[in-house]
Amino acid sequence: MPDVIMPRLSDTMEEGELSRWIKQVGDEIHKGDVLAEIETDKATMDLEAFDNGILEQLLVVTGALVPIGAPVARIGDGSNIVADGAEPAAPAATPAPAVPATTPDASAPAPSAPAPSGTSDPATSATPTGELRTSPLARKIGREHGIDLHSIVGTGPQGRITRTDVDAAIADRETGTPTPTPTSAPAAQPETGAAAQSATAPGATATSATPSSGATPGGPRTATDSVAVPVSRIRAVTARRLTESQAVPHFFLTRIVDVERLVAFRTEVNASLTALGTKVSLNDLFVRASAMTLRAHPAVNASWGAGVILRHPHVNVGVAVATDDGLLVPVVVDADQKSLSAIATETRALAGLARSGNLSLAQMSGGTFSISNLGMFDIDSFTAVLNPPEAGILAIGAAKDVPAVRAGALVTVPMVTMTLTADHRVLDGAVAAAFLRDLAILLEDPLRIVL
Amino acid sequence: MTTDIATTRTITYRQALNETLRAELEHDEKVFLIGEEIGVFEGSYKITAGLLEAFGPDRVLDAPIAEEGFVGAALGAAMLGMRPVVEIMTINFSLIAIDQIVNHAAKMRSMFAGQVSIPLVIRMPGGGGQQLAATHSQNLEVWYAHIPGLKVVAPSTPADAKALLTAAIRDDDPVIFLENLSLYSAKGEVPDGEQIAEIGKAAVVKPGTDLTIVSYSRGTTTALEVARQLEAEGLSIEVVDLRSLRPLDRDTICASVQKTGHAVVFEDDWLSYGIGAEISATIGEGVFDFLDAPVRRVAAAEVPLPYAKSLERAALPSSADLARVVREVLNLAPVSSASIDN
Repeated sequence: MPDVIMPRLSDTMEEGELSRWIKQVGDEIHKGDVLAEIETDKATMDLEAFDNGILEQLLVVTGALVPIGAPVARIGDGSNIVADGAEPAAPAATPAPAVPATTPDASAPAPSAPAPSGTSDPATSATPTGELRTSPLARKIGREHGIDLHSIVGTGPQGRITRTDVDAAIADRETGTPTPTPTSAPAAQPETGAAAQSATAPGATATSATPSSGATPGGPRTATDSVAVPVSRIRAVTARRLTESQAVPHFFLTRIVDVERLVAFRTEVNASLTALGTKVSLNDLFVRASAMTLRAHPAVNASWGAGVILRHPHVNVGVAVATDDGLLVPVVVDADQKSLSAIATETRALAGLARSGNLSLAQMSGGTFSISNLGMFDIDSFTAVLNPPEAGILAIGAAKDVPAVRAGALVTVPMVTMTLTADHRVLDGAVAAAFLRDLAILLEDPLRIVL
Repeated sequence: MTTDIATTRTITYRQALNETLRAELEHDEKVFLIGEEIGVFEGSYKITAGLLEAFGPDRVLDAPIAEEGFVGAALGAAMLGMRPVVEIMTINFSLIAIDQIVNHAAKMRSMFAGQVSIPLVIRMPGGGGQQLAATHSQNLEVWYAHIPGLKVVAPSTPADAKALLTAAIRDDDPVIFLENLSLYSAKGEVPDGEQIAEIGKAAVVKPGTDLTIVSYSRGTTTALEVARQLEAEGLSIEVVDLRSLRPLDRDTICASVQKTGHAVVFEDDWLSYGIGAEISATIGEGVFDFLDAPVRRVAAAEVPLPYAKSLERAALPSSADLARVVREVLNLAPVSSASIDN
């Protein structure tokens, strides 16, 4: 019977964290039973059994990061049960061992390496493939430069470490930038002291994990009293994605919008919606206005796609939500087709799901543009980092009263500063500027937003 | 290649073969041609046009429909010092003569301790895509490339057709000269004057740095087309044209992959045990440490080639198939999909 393997649960997933075992060794398993919960870079999902039988062995401990395709458990007829007395959660300070716990050569001391059983056939006691997936060229370059490949996360097919990844690790070491992705943090890593270098990044750095280059000049230096804070998967993925995003050539355009009528309009709309129990926020108006403007500017509703520009038929607007675990961007699908109240209701529901950790993968997928609003923190203006592969993200500041002359009198008018970050491979300045101009015009004439 | 390449003409692959046969008939009186319908009818694909008229029935022999017989006759003539050039109408019919080729032509020199050599050339086109159905559309070159004692060459351009045919006719060992139905009308620049290729040398027909496509015969033209198309997207693809399937120029293949770290083999034969399997093994053995991704093969679907046009097209490896696999090897997003992985 085949081993239960870590499935690919999302397009961008490279590994999954086995966050909780639901079935235990010895349990009878039926096809479709949920064996465990897997936390991917996007969401927590169920790991289902594809076979009937007895759960004979757990091959990874709770909290382990397991590459796609690697076995996590064994289901059989019950004759090869490997008693796994202790299946403790990985120590709290451990982001997660990079390899299944039974790998003998893992840098991490396995908290619960199963004892060899009396019935051991060589296959079951052998390394259950915690091996790194790397290209030969990556290994060769790694050897030549003293890079420990365990300190790198591969971006190739099925997470394979390729030349690009090793070259990036070498470049990071030379510039003193810690590798942005966690892998081989020792399981028993203390929270302070020698391991403190990982404080600046989720996990060990290339340098710290490389035995032969302990004294690499230019390696990261941090104060010895820094505290290593373990990070969630969301934070680790955010770190990696945003680092990738910085490779995108981008530019910023800023525009100040008069929101006097927008604010008044919102008050008026909410008064009429009171009976329905729905409330519309300024942000909802920005989502709806952006979606309508994107529909009119298909060049902005696009992505760079390895040599071509992909124009997207749907206008799906992501709304950045801060959660305790990190930033999430739920997506309002077809936002240009939805009414203001529908957008308000949906955004509120999605934000709630995001904060409670129940956002599904689908609800975070397929965005074509994002909006980040820090108005509630009274931020005047800011720039947002692109959310690849989207070509644009709009950063919205707080409405501020600004002096203005109206009908000969000095009055104060609420103004919002919004800044568009654009992927220059997809958009040129004039195209992005036209988009921002039309968005501003729409916001200043809010009745058109609901037409 | 030798001698002057000062002047060139743009001619078809067919014309290059025809002119080369004419030149070799003139160059050496021991050269003669034999095959079905090559004289009066001037060949099923008109490669021998005008040659019977020019050289007469002693030099251009129409054979009966009996491949084993006329290949055997040519083999005997070669043993006695003649330089026969056999045309088999397509590679499919060579199966009738395979005992003469594999058990006799390939082995005589070794079995008789060098007392005889076999300066025999067997020309034959392979290839599908002409709606000739399963038995007449095969690419069986690997059958011959497998046999020690044979040389197998597969020119992809008119210039190579000339230089490799000249080399084959002047070679003292039996040479299988693989042509391709879809290349006969392909045009290219061909240098004037005597041109003799070195059998066993591959050519880097387009340099590049990101990935190597290895191919031969018709496949090389497709590989070049795909390489140029991908170049427009910023990818730098190197194309290696094998030119000779046996001996195989492993050095050129390995040098290219050592540089690019990625390889795709594009072949018209079937995948299993095909030319691509040998190339993949060569790369794995030669430059394993330089590979950044598994070597991939793009080959024909493993079915007897269908007659129906749509099915035939689906079964043959296409430029779209090649481009897709190149993208996969380079871990690039497929172009056709507009999905967002966010």
